[in-house]
Amino acid sequence: MTQQRSEGAVVELDRVTKRYGGPGTPPAVDELSLTVPAGKIIVLVGPSGCGKTTTMKMINRLIEPSGGRITIDGEDIMRLPAVELRRRIGYVIQQVGLFPHLTVGDNVAVVPRLLRWKEARVHERIDELLDLVGLDASIYARRYPNELSGGERQRIGVARALAADPPLMLMDEPFGAVDPIRRDRLQNEFLRLQRRMRKTVVFVTHDVDEAIKMADRIAILQRGGILAQYDTPDAILANPASEFVERFVGADRGLKRLSLGRVRDIPLLEPVIVHAGEERAAVRRRLESVAEIDYALLLDDRERPLGWIDSQDLVGEGNVDPAAATPGAPTVELETTLRDALSAMLSSSVQLGVVVDEEERVIGLASVDAISDALRAPIIGADGHAHHVSTP
Amino acid sequence: MSEGQAFIRFDWIVDNADAIAGRLWEHVQMTVIAVVVGFVISFALAMLVRRYPRLYGPVIGISGTLYSIPSLALFALLIPFSGVSLLTAEIALVSYTLLILVRNIVAGLESVPAEVSEAAQAMGYTRAQRFWRVEVPIALPVIVAGLRIATVTTVGLVTVTTLIGLGGLGYLIVNGGINRFFPTSIYTGVVLAVALAVVADILFVALQRHLTPWARNRATA
Repeated sequence: MTQQRSEGAVVELDRVTKRYGGPGTPPAVDELSLTVPAGKIIVLVGPSGCGKTTTMKMINRLIEPSGGRITIDGEDIMRLPAVELRRRIGYVIQQVGLFPHLTVGDNVAVVPRLLRWKEARVHERIDELLDLVGLDASIYARRYPNELSGGERQRIGVARALAADPPLMLMDEPFGAVDPIRRDRLQNEFLRLQRRMRKTVVFVTHDVDEAIKMADRIAILQRGGILAQYDTPDAILANPASEFVERFVGADRGLKRLSLGRVRDIPLLEPVIVHAGEERAAVRRRLESVAEIDYALLLDDRERPLGWIDSQDLVGEGNVDPAAATPGAPTVELETTLRDALSAMLSSSVQLGVVVDEEERVIGLASVDAISDALRAPIIGADGHAHHVSTP
Repeated sequence: MSEGQAFIRFDWIVDNADAIAGRLWEHVQMTVIAVVVGFVISFALAMLVRRYPRLYGPVIGISGTLYSIPSLALFALLIPFSGVSLLTAEIALVSYTLLILVRNIVAGLESVPAEVSEAAQAMGYTRAQRFWRVEVPIALPVIVAGLRIATVTTVGLVTVTTLIGLGGLGYLIVNGGINRFFPTSIYTGVVLAVALAVVADILFVALQRHLTPWARNRATA
């Protein structure tokens, strides 16, 4: 099905201030300036009371700013009627807020109908959106929200926000109310959608790990709506701008950086391959010729890893004995995060990860050294320049 | 009860079927007028209270006071202004519906979850659209519950208006029955009044089921 996709919008906050009390009271958001680039996910993160939700809600005027200027693609949001502005901005919240008296289909159709789309187009759009979020329209369109599971409701919430194809989405802890396993799945689904949609997304969370996972850029806010740092996740983890940021991202920020990288990002080693029945002497010579590794990888007749053979197993004459192999070669894929790969490697006796493709054929070996080198590589920050890593 | 005279004289009921039907019809009309007018006033008051929450106390206080005035006293108070008339009867009947209806309409509107209202606002509903298309439909079960109580109460109260020459089925009970010591008329009036209340209640339940199909379903997952 072909459809028009609106490009993400650029959102600019220029010294935006919100005071709930009169002049002189401490502001909830204090002269915040921030540019959200088109088509990126930016995550507002910080402790409670940092003004992250207030900041987000000022963009669709659920909260009116007390000062400063917000523009979307250069247009001042105060120039539009609030109702019209909101119909152009997708909105997803933690409690979802589906309309209990409307079917799933009618929930999704709310904004298109407010915009007076033709009914035929609305119905087409309902099917398309439910399909997009992985729910069968013929089953779900006629159901009511109270017949759905939490994860299904959250998906419908996302579909409803996307209904009129808005260039900008606001998401307030959208996956906060589901259990960790479902949250992970919903996050991955959304990232997959986003790769196709290229919306501009302003995403609010209090969870640093979620911020690191979802963000193209993270804005860390401090109590009173003060911007502590605004940069790529990698740059923030590598070079926290202040003690506050350093404490907020946590002492394990080195490990957190690892979850940003994938096995495909590090150089792999060429394994020494052995099959059952090969001559020991030949394998011994091959293994001695490489400096970095002390183990040969034993494969079965379908080229899948069985275990490790070390030099002791290769002493003397005769053939390689598969029974002598040390079992448990951990396999990782190119898409595995460096953090998960390191974890798998550390828990096995031989600290090498066997990188395999979808058919479980061996591509190469990942080493702990290669991963720790990756952490020392220069960081590409939001300014597009390389930076060096400050040691934690 | 004397020998030879049946406790319930069905022949009397048959002979007076037209008059009985007339009283029943009068009863229905008086009930409908009271509930409809009461609902319109209560809805307006509930909207006012939502706009100005500080008015909730006074509105409930006044309608509660009205509710507590004995009907006989209320007629006596009204007759100097509106005479012995249908208007007097309806003013009293409407007054008695206000407390129940205002309270239920306000409670119904307050039962709308905050995140649902927020989502409606964020999707770009205008204030009026949000009220009529989201908040009122969600409040409907609680509002209809109020209408059921108000209607059943009004069916009972209409009988009292026989004291000012109206009364619908109340006329059969008081004028035809008690005053002339004629049980058949009393029982006819009572049975029809109870039946009317039950039928009205069933109609409301059916109406609610029709209007709120979403409230019937329970979560399956």
